[in-house]
Amino acid sequence: MITAAEWSIITLSLRVSIAATLFTLPAAYALAWLLARRRFAGRALVDALVHLPLVVPPVVTGWLLLIMLGPAGPLGSMLDRWFGVTFMFHWTGAALAASVMALPLMVRAIRLSIDGVDRRLVAAARTLGASKWHAFRTITLPLTLPGILAAAMLGFARALGEFGATVTFVSNIPGQTRTLPLAIYTGLQMPGGEAAVTRLAIISILLSLGALLASEWLIRRANGGNSHGV
Amino acid sequence: MAAIHMAFKISLRHQIGDCALAVDFSSNAGITAIIGPSGAGKSTLLNCIAGLIAPDQGRIAIADDVLFDSAKGICVPIQHRRAGYVFQDARIFPHLNVAANLAYGEKLSPPAAYKIERKLIIDVLGIAPLMDRWPATLSGGEMRRIAIARALLSAPKFLLLDEPLASLDRARGEEILAMIEHLHRTLAIPMLYVSHQPLEVERLTDSVIALGNQPLMHADPPC
Repeated sequence: MITAAEWSIITLSLRVSIAATLFTLPAAYALAWLLARRRFAGRALVDALVHLPLVVPPVVTGWLLLIMLGPAGPLGSMLDRWFGVTFMFHWTGAALAASVMALPLMVRAIRLSIDGVDRRLVAAARTLGASKWHAFRTITLPLTLPGILAAAMLGFARALGEFGATVTFVSNIPGQTRTLPLAIYTGLQMPGGEAAVTRLAIISILLSLGALLASEWLIRRANGGNSHGV
Repeated sequence: MAAIHMAFKISLRHQIGDCALAVDFSSNAGITAIIGPSGAGKSTLLNCIAGLIAPDQGRIAIADDVLFDSAKGICVPIQHRRAGYVFQDARIFPHLNVAANLAYGEKLSPPAAYKIERKLIIDVLGIAPLMDRWPATLSGGEMRRIAIARALLSAPKFLLLDEPLASLDRARGEEILAMIEHLHRTLAIPMLYVSHQPLEVERLTDSVIALGNQPLMHADPPC
């Protein structure tokens, strides 16, 4: 039913999207917490930088990644020299591009849920003997779980659909960076590729729907577990 | 009998915006009542004692423990003050059921601390049937009783009760008041009872401190 070539595109897309989501989640939470709960110098700048990938064209984001992390870029050459790490033409580069594009959406979702946590509950936990960290772990974190799941869903969907930044940053390499959207685009460029494109498009829709349903189920379960009773 | 120590010895000044709170009192009664109109700084005072607010200057000592002393640079962290703070708005954790709410402070209390027997607290407050319930299903009176039990189970060195009868109907309020009297008779924990109703505290204690217009202690300007 699904050909080997399609299968490899699907697994690559899932690997890139899942890696991007899991990698971004802790960073997004930390940024969301800082923006929601702390007033510090440069807060507006951090806020703007986080949101940049949401407002600039993805191709520009990809180009910025290329000049910073490419072989000639300041960060890229450093990573290569010191750690032998390179993102170029590699699936990790696609994951990084997807991660940067997903970041603003994930930060927004988590920040909303942190804003929704009543700080008076945290104060109550502190008077009951909880350190700051313990209160965070036992009060803030569980109360923001629905926000974390929503962020993971948004980030995953965004990563699965990422095109512009990926193709600009790490090009369109079969087996490494040719994820579903890039494969669909490639199919459209080839004469007689319509059938393959249709199949990939259907797969893509099914994957996204599956992720949506899974996350709805998870969020319902998270809300049910700490059931607000009625 | 051992030397008598002051239960509460508090002297502090704190400014929030235009409101200045200035307090200076000591009391050795089992229950000390703080009364005053809304906005006189009663909750601010309790927050200073619990450590949620650091006063601008002053000294807070409870049963010989210095919790705060601006002159000596002492400010005990909130979690080490061991205040049993019963907030006016109960603040029951919505994602934990009643049993887990009660266990929250209990688990964090030092193993060697003087503990009031769990069963006694649960019996006095009549909350045994509520253990499996979720906060959203509780009435105001039930929430208040659980907040009191949660504070007591954390093995507190002192209790801070912020308008424990607020927003309860007369019968419920009467019940809670009787429980507080019972707790006072049963337990040796100093209590600070905040209320804006002088009549409410009359039956509890003779040690009443008025915030807002008394020479002993005043907020200037009244706010």
